[in-house]
Amino acid sequence: MEAMLHITTLHYLVLGAALFLLGVIGVLTRRNVVIVLMSIELILNAVNLNLVAFSRYWQGIHGSTALHGQVFAIFIITDAAAEAAVGLGILIAFFRNKETVNVDEVNLLKW
Amino acid sequence: MLFLDHIWIIPLLPAFGGAGMLFFGRKLQKATVNVVCVGMVGLAFIMACGSVLQYTAWAETHSHQPYQTILYTWLGGDTGHLIYPTHDGAQAPFQADAGLLLDPLSSIWLLFVTGVGMLIHIYSIGYMAHEGGYYRFFGYLNLFMFSMLTLILANNYVLLFVGWEGVGLCSYLLIGFYFHRKSASDAANKAFIVNRIGDSGFILGMFFIAWLCGSLRFVDVNAFAHLGTHSPETLKYITAATLLLFVGACGKSAQLPLYVWLPDAMEGPTPVSALIHAATMVTAGVYMVARSNALFVLAPTSMKTVAIVGALTAIFAASIGLVQNDIKRVLAYSTVSQLGYMFLALGVGAFAAGVFHVFTHAFFKALLFLGAGSVIHAMSGEQDMRNMGALEKRIPVTYWTMLIATLAISGIPPFAGFFSKDEILWQTWTSEGDAYRILWVIGYVTALMTAFYMFRLVYLTFYSKPRMSREVEHHIHESPKSMIVPLVILAVMSLFAGFLGWPRSLGGSDHFARFLDPVFARGEARTLIEEGKAGQLVAAEKEEEHTSPTEYLLMVLSVAAAGVGWYMAKRSYAHAHTGYSEPIKAASPATYKILLNKYYVDEGYDYLFTGRRKIDGVRLGAMGLGEASSWFDANVVDGAVNGAGWITRTTARLSSWWDKWIIDGIGVNGPAILARMLSYPARLFELGLVQWYALVMTVGLVGFVFYYVYH
Repeated sequence: MEAMLHITTLHYLVLGAALFLLGVIGVLTRRNVVIVLMSIELILNAVNLNLVAFSRYWQGIHGSTALHGQVFAIFIITDAAAEAAVGLGILIAFFRNKETVNVDEVNLLKW
Repeated sequence: MLFLDHIWIIPLLPAFGGAGMLFFGRKLQKATVNVVCVGMVGLAFIMACGSVLQYTAWAETHSHQPYQTILYTWLGGDTGHLIYPTHDGAQAPFQADAGLLLDPLSSIWLLFVTGVGMLIHIYSIGYMAHEGGYYRFFGYLNLFMFSMLTLILANNYVLLFVGWEGVGLCSYLLIGFYFHRKSASDAANKAFIVNRIGDSGFILGMFFIAWLCGSLRFVDVNAFAHLGTHSPETLKYITAATLLLFVGACGKSAQLPLYVWLPDAMEGPTPVSALIHAATMVTAGVYMVARSNALFVLAPTSMKTVAIVGALTAIFAASIGLVQNDIKRVLAYSTVSQLGYMFLALGVGAFAAGVFHVFTHAFFKALLFLGAGSVIHAMSGEQDMRNMGALEKRIPVTYWTMLIATLAISGIPPFAGFFSKDEILWQTWTSEGDAYRILWVIGYVTALMTAFYMFRLVYLTFYSKPRMSREVEHHIHESPKSMIVPLVILAVMSLFAGFLGWPRSLGGSDHFARFLDPVFARGEARTLIEEGKAGQLVAAEKEEEHTSPTEYLLMVLSVAAAGVGWYMAKRSYAHAHTGYSEPIKAASPATYKILLNKYYVDEGYDYLFTGRRKIDGVRLGAMGLGEASSWFDANVVDGAVNGAGWITRTTARLSSWWDKWIIDGIGVNGPAILARMLSYPARLFELGLVQWYALVMTVGLVGFVFYYVYH
């Protein structure tokens, strides 16, 4: 029972991996660009979770108070916001031209 | 010296008249045209008389030198251009002045050209009154006067040649005056082209003279010729030069073999025939030879050529004139024949006699043509003598004046022609060498023929039976005053002009020849004249008293020849009625046919020179040359052009093929095709789908991770 109550780094990593996998599957399979963008957010947040988890794990081992992982996660969140803004802007411009938000109808980028 | 100092105005007067007519004439009244054109020539005549009078006074004090005035240099100049080496190795500039020269020779031409010219201008007022292009006619006439006066007054060969070409141009324009008639425009072309042949000789002769003397001024050329000793080689060149000049004279003055244009020139209006093709222009050749007399006497061969050509032309043309039926053609052949006389005189060295004949001929031949014009006018344009007859009482003034001219040309004393023609025959007879006796015989027979054909003309026209249609007969009328007055004046001149050269053998003093002595004298006589002792010369010659019984005998003989000609004409034609018979035809039909067809010379020229007729299907002459050139052009030149084109096209095709298949195919497109083929599999991966790329990325990532984890 004791083992069940204790939440280790491994748990965080498994959750992160699950989120990452969900995000990847979402990016690869969904046709709606909005959902693809949301899936990218999932991937980023999975990474954030890992960073924070490893930072905590590092503090536990060395007894240090370094917060590099947390700070990096904040950066990524900011970056994700910017990315979402740019991505949605592209999406709107795209919709005006094609009247669709389906990503598989965007196949001009080829030979 | 008012006139002499302003002698350059003389040619300019008709030049202004001519320019005015040709630029503004269309809008002018006939009266204005008359005043301007006749006035200009009249003024020129007055100025000419004044100039000649003043010159004779001036010459007395200037040892009978020619009066020369140089206005400016129009060809060459002092710029150092056109320097050429002369035959003795010196350097000379090729230049020509706009300079005028007056000496006894040009004085005579000046007087009769302006005088006769003025009379013919006046005559034209009446003759051309009902013709179209009135101002054009007078403009051309004035232009002709300008050119002729330039020719006469020029002080060098080049300016003389300018006038020479100018009169040729005016002759062309006036022969073709009725240009809508093909025969007229053909005749004009013929005159122009035949004259070009002569002119080519003239130009070459000029170059020879420039090369020999280093100058083209007459005074320099004469000084060169009077130099005394010339090497045999130089004399050869002088012979060549003078022969070439004579070719030019043959063209302009209608001598064998270039006479063919003159009879055809009768297509022009009759006053033109009188002025240009009888009195003035055709004597330009005589003038030029007389002007070059100092050179000609150095070349005996040339002199002989001139004499022989002259004599042959005289009898040749006279024999054709015997049977012609067109009144103007008879006169045309008569002109050719008389010009032959003039050249005969020049050729035997009797320059003064030749010039004298030019002078008297100008009056009586102009009169004959103007009289013929008056007859044609009366006959409503009929020119065929077969349809005339018995005009004596109907147009009496024309009759009397023409009779005087006929007596003059036939050589019946005391009319003008007697003195000049007799002088020529006498000078021919006295020339050294028996061969000249043959020339005398030719001249003598010609005199007989002249009398015959001229009285034939008179009898067929004025006597005999009327042969014209009733309608024409009804319209016969005497010509207007403007035509009659010149006829009368010319008749008076034909009567009295000969007295100027009254020979010493008949108690005269031959003023005409004395007047010309400064131009033609040589040796000691020249020295005497130049030293101002001309009086001694005359006295010395008078003492010489070279008259002999032979001279009187020849004189009687030539008058007898004229009488015989007259009598024969009278017997044959005095009572000619419709369908009268020609005596020559009766005697020898073949001869008559040959003469009537002018010895078939025109036909011969057509075969040999123009190529209008073919010999056995082969075309010779100019048209033959034209056809040959055309063939050469079509086959050889065009062939070469087309060949070059074919080679270019073929090589271009090869080059194009090489470019298309080798350069483009293998060099340029080859690698491109290769790259395209090789790139084909790579293209399969490029779907353009974002999620496909993402998938590849993911798979790759997973691949890498597995590789690193399990490696």
